[in-house]
Amino acid sequence: MKRGLLASAALLGLLSAPAWGQQSIKIGFISTYSGPQASIGQDMRRSVELAVEHLGGKMAGKPIEVIYEDDQFKPEVGKQKSEKLVQQDKVNFVGGYIWSNVLLASLKTVTDDGDTILISSNAGPSQIAGELCSPNYFSTSWQNDQTPSAMGQFVQDKGIKKVYLISANYAAGKDMLAGFKRTFKGEIVGEDLTKWPDQLDFSAEMSKIRAAKPDAVFTFFPGAHGVQFLSQYAQTGLKGTIPLYTAFVIDALSLPQLKDLALGVPGAQSWVNDLPNEQNKKFVADFKKKHGVYPSFYGAQSYDTIMLIASAVEALKGDLSSKDKLRAELKKANFKSLRGDFKFNNNHFPIQNFYIQDTVKDADGNYTLKTVGVAMKDAKDAYGDKCKMK
Amino acid sequence: MTLLIEQTLNGIQLGLLMFLLAAGLTLVFGIMDLVNLAHGSLYMFGAYFCASFTAWTDSFVIGALLALPAALLLGVIVEVVVARKLYRRDHLDHVLATFGLILIANDLVRLVWGPDGRRIPLPAWLNQPIYLTPDLPYPTYRFAVIVVGAAVALFLYWLVTRTRTGMWIRAGASNRTMIGALGINVELLFTLVFGLGAVLAALAGLMAAPIVTVSIGMGDNILILAFVIIVIGGIGSIKGAFIAAMIVGMIDTLGRALLPDLLKTFLSVAAANTAAPALSSMMIYLLMAGVLVWRSTGLFGARG
Repeated sequence: MKRGLLASAALLGLLSAPAWGQQSIKIGFISTYSGPQASIGQDMRRSVELAVEHLGGKMAGKPIEVIYEDDQFKPEVGKQKSEKLVQQDKVNFVGGYIWSNVLLASLKTVTDDGDTILISSNAGPSQIAGELCSPNYFSTSWQNDQTPSAMGQFVQDKGIKKVYLISANYAAGKDMLAGFKRTFKGEIVGEDLTKWPDQLDFSAEMSKIRAAKPDAVFTFFPGAHGVQFLSQYAQTGLKGTIPLYTAFVIDALSLPQLKDLALGVPGAQSWVNDLPNEQNKKFVADFKKKHGVYPSFYGAQSYDTIMLIASAVEALKGDLSSKDKLRAELKKANFKSLRGDFKFNNNHFPIQNFYIQDTVKDADGNYTLKTVGVAMKDAKDAYGDKCKMK
Repeated sequence: MTLLIEQTLNGIQLGLLMFLLAAGLTLVFGIMDLVNLAHGSLYMFGAYFCASFTAWTDSFVIGALLALPAALLLGVIVEVVVARKLYRRDHLDHVLATFGLILIANDLVRLVWGPDGRRIPLPAWLNQPIYLTPDLPYPTYRFAVIVVGAAVALFLYWLVTRTRTGMWIRAGASNRTMIGALGINVELLFTLVFGLGAVLAALAGLMAAPIVTVSIGMGDNILILAFVIIVIGGIGSIKGAFIAAMIVGMIDTLGRALLPDLLKTFLSVAAANTAAPALSSMMIYLLMAGVLVWRSTGLFGARG
C-alpha cells in the first residue's frame, strides 16, 4: 500500500514536470514561515519577491519559479523540505536558511545531489566554511564568526577590559562566541550558553551577569529571543548599568517591538539599510513603499541570493547544463550586491566590510538603524585554510 | 550571597508559574482520569486573550483580569463539547483527541492573531527593578508573579482542604465511582474542575507572557515540564504538584546558575562550558527518573 502510494506520488511528480524547451529557472527557498520566528521568513520572502519583480520575473528570458518551503524552525523538517525541493521539484538552486542547525542538517542533501546549488541567505556555520566546504555551496551572508569578531574589535578598541558573554547553545551561538574571542583580547569574566530554542526566560543568567560585575556584556540572540533578552535586561535593571553589545539582536524586525530598549545598544552587520549605493537605495525605497516597513538584513541577503543567481544565469544565457560553468560564474560574484561589490573567498563566503550600527529615529518617528562606523574592512573569514577548495 | 538569594527567588518564580499549569493538569488527570495534552493550549489562549485585552484596554492588569473569565468560558466549552465525550474512553483516545485539539488550537490562533508573536507591554511600574535590600535589585514583575502565584497556591490549598467542593475534588481523585454513588453531581464537578484548570493554565500563560513572548505553540514545550511535575508529585495531588513544581523550578534555575562553576572545579573550562548547558537541561528528567524508581506513584500519589 505504502509502496503504491509512493509510486503514484512519483508518477504525479513526473507528470507535473514542465515540458522541455520552455523550462523555467527553479529556485527553492527554505525559511521559517510559521511560529514565533515567522516574521524573519516573511521578510526574506518579501525580499525574494521584490528581487524577482526587479528582474521582471525572468532570468535570461526564462521565467523564474520560486518554491517556498517552511522549515518550522526545526532541523529535521528543514532537511525533509530540502529533500523535497531537490528530489521532487528538481530545483536548480536552493536558497534561504536562517538557522545554522537547519542548514547543517540539510547541507549534504543539497550539495551532494550534483545538480543543485545551495546558496545560504543567512546561516554561515564554521563547519561549512572549513572542513565541510563544498563547490556547490555559496553564501550571500557571512560566516557566523565574522559579525561578532567585528563587534569584538569594536569593544576592544573602546578599551573595555572585562566582558561577560551570553549566547544560544547551538551551532551559530558557539560560532558567535568563538568569533568574539578572536578579536577581543581582554578578560572574559563569564560565559553562558542557553538552551536553544526553548529557553526564553533568562532570569538565572541575568543574576549571574550582575554578580560577575563585567564592564560590558556581549550577546547573540536572533529573532524573538533577542527581543526577550533585551526586555528582561531592562526589567532586571541591568540596562543603563552595564553596557550591552550585540550581534543579530537588533534589526529591522525586532526594532518595532524593542523601540526605546534598543537605543544606545550597538550591533554589527555587513549590511545596514542606509548603505549609500544605488541598488540599496532602490531596494530599501521599493520595499518600504510596498510593505510600509524597513527591510532587515535577512531580506537584503535574500535579495542578494536571487541577484547572484541571476548574474550567473544571465552570463550563461540560461543554459545551466554545465555545472562547472555555473559554479565558475557564481564564483565571480559579478552582480550589484546591496552591500556593494564583494569577492568570494576560496570557501565561497564573501570577503566584505562589517559596520557598526546604532538605533535612531527616522523623519517619520520610526525606529531604524544607522551606520556609525566600519569595524572591519574586506574581512576574510577564519576558516578558509581548513577548506580544501582553491 | 545576594546572588544565591536572587537565584532562589528566580527558582521560586519559575516553580510557581509551573505549579499553576501543573495544578490544573493534575486535577483533570487525577479526577476525570483524562490525559489532556491540550492543557498547554489553554495556557497559550490565556496569553493571547491577555495580549488582545491589554491592547484593547491599554492596561496589562485589566487585560489579565478580563482574560481569566474568557479562559473559564473556553475551558467550559472544551469540557462540554469535547472532553466530556472522552472520559469513558481509554488513554490512547484521550491522547489522540487532545493532540488533535492542540493542532486545531494552534491553527485557530494563526487564523485569528496571525503567525507573528506578540509582546505584552508592561506598565512602567512593573517594568523596572525594585530593591529588596540596597544591593539586591529584583525585577518588579517577577516579584509580582511570586506574590500572585503564592496567593493562588494558598487559595487552592484552602479550596481543596477547607471547603465542601474541595472535599469532592479530593474524593474524586481517590475514588471516582464512589462519589457518584454518594449522589454528588459528577458532571457538574467535572465541568467545574476542568474550568478551574483552564483558568489556572491561562493565568500561568498570561503571567509568563511578558517574560517569554506570546507565540503559537508556546504551551507545547512547557506542557512536557508540567507532565514531569505531576509525575514527580503524584497524579491528582495538588500538594504534590506544588512541591514538585518548586523542586523543578529550583533545580532548573540553580542548575543553570551553579552547574558551570561546579563543573569547572574538576573539568577544563572548555569541557565545562560544553557539558553544563546540556547537563542542566537534563537534570529535571534525571530527577523524574529517580523519583519513579524510588516511588512509582510519585511523591504524593493519591492512588496507590
